[in-house]
Amino acid sequence: MQVIVLVWGGGAPTAAARELLGAARRLADATGGFVTAAAMGAAAGAAKALIALGADKVLTLGHETLAQPDGEAYAVAAETACKHVGDGLVLVPGDRLGWEIAPRLAHRLGAGLVTDALELNVEDGRLVAVKPVYGGKARAKMAVRTPSQVVLVRARTQTPAEPDPSRTGVVESLDFSPPPPRVRVVEYRQADAAGAVRLEDAKVVVSGGRGLGGPEPFADLAELARLLGGAVGASLAAVDAGWAPPHMQVGQTGKSVSPDLYIAVGISGASQHIAGMSGSKTIVAINKDPEAPIFRVAHFGVVADYREVLPALIEEVRRIKG
Amino acid sequence: MAVQLKESCGAKVTAVTFGPERAQDVLRRALAMGADEALHVVDEAPGREPAVTARVLAAALRMLGKLDLVLCGRQSGEWDDGQVPGLLAAELGWPYVPFVPRLAAAGDGFRLERESDLGVAVVQAPRGVVVSITNAQDNSPRLPKVRDIMLANRKPIRKVTPVELGVEDALQTSWVEVLDLFVPEVVSRCEFIEGDSGAEKAANLVKKLLERKVI
Repeated sequence: MQVIVLVWGGGAPTAAARELLGAARRLADATGGFVTAAAMGAAAGAAKALIALGADKVLTLGHETLAQPDGEAYAVAAETACKHVGDGLVLVPGDRLGWEIAPRLAHRLGAGLVTDALELNVEDGRLVAVKPVYGGKARAKMAVRTPSQVVLVRARTQTPAEPDPSRTGVVESLDFSPPPPRVRVVEYRQADAAGAVRLEDAKVVVSGGRGLGGPEPFADLAELARLLGGAVGASLAAVDAGWAPPHMQVGQTGKSVSPDLYIAVGISGASQHIAGMSGSKTIVAINKDPEAPIFRVAHFGVVADYREVLPALIEEVRRIKG
Repeated sequence: MAVQLKESCGAKVTAVTFGPERAQDVLRRALAMGADEALHVVDEAPGREPAVTARVLAAALRMLGKLDLVLCGRQSGEWDDGQVPGLLAAELGWPYVPFVPRLAAAGDGFRLERESDLGVAVVQAPRGVVVSITNAQDNSPRLPKVRDIMLANRKPIRKVTPVELGVEDALQTSWVEVLDLFVPEVVSRCEFIEGDSGAEKAANLVKKLLERKVI
């Protein structure tokens, strides 16, 4: 199986690149295949590191239009790399840029597309992906029949590759000409502060819901998240109430997260929310209603008014982290 | 969102769907909420895959003539594929702006807010763009009045078939195969943290999390 991994997002391999290369190596080794990383934009500078992480070959595609996450330019760059390699399995990171370009790339390659894959396996020599359906209540096992297959992989679902500096591989630079951009960025309105952890990449997520009763407690959630090196999320109810901005929403219609630790504060656990966080490795729920559905997916439950628990929790964490 | 745009700059809104006879309920609701016209591409087959839906919708949109803006939901509530808007843009050869909570007519096109990996970006797109909408407070669908519902029931819904659109070959497309559909077993494994006070529960919780090495 020829596996092509799309890599973007910086001069050092991102968490997504490490995960996708880990999966790509496993799938290629199971089928006697080859792993190619298409390193686009700033990621072109990470070629050596990508080889150490398991790529047999790195195609670098640098162009000024790739300095920003411009979907049209990235789609053309990805298409150029995939056509250079030939038919194969294309693994796409499940971030905003991945969701934007995967359909166009699949269309250009005449490839079937599976989005939001949680598991990737080889059965009878072909790729089988498992994805959530019906708002996370069910799973579908899918195979793609076309010679090329495009699979968008949810963040934090694959075992990351460990770097092995003794690995060797080939680096090749590819030219491509993106079309003039039709959609122009006027401004980034709330670019994440430098050093802030992105929700999808966070190892710890602290989320708040309707039970918080207002926007103010989100400052406490942010403090707890900061102490744990994590990010803050919110339920749809909290976003609808205007207590948290939409980009913080975790759930079927928001972001899907799979952190090591997910702390749900004042979230009842509607299926729409569960769909976005049930893949978390450890789930803590703090809710005063012992019957709240969130406790069905939680590993640890605290039945209490969050106001009685959260300040003590912050203090306790501050003590051990200090 | 389309109706807000119509009210702010005088757009004509056409609601389009692809699906079985009963899908016309969706179009009736759209008409009641303020859409001017409705087009139903009727197809009784269940579970068409996104590549098929996109090709059929692209043909339907071409039939409608010159369009400035195509608004799509971000994903279906069933397969959660989130593919049709991007595939539709590719079929039409139009730019695609996903994850849009807000937009307005501006210049000779549209000014949109979109979620990106760098935060919220404000972008300018030309006429002839496919946009996928994400939920924000101000896009909640308005509740139609009874009078609007009754008027909507009298408006005609234009119906076509994929054959009439000349895309019957698209219906043969089967690129993705569903091997199995299952419900993951959820066994409640919740360990409730004991404690006489909130502070004690917090301390006991931290102990458990330290044991599990997640903090």
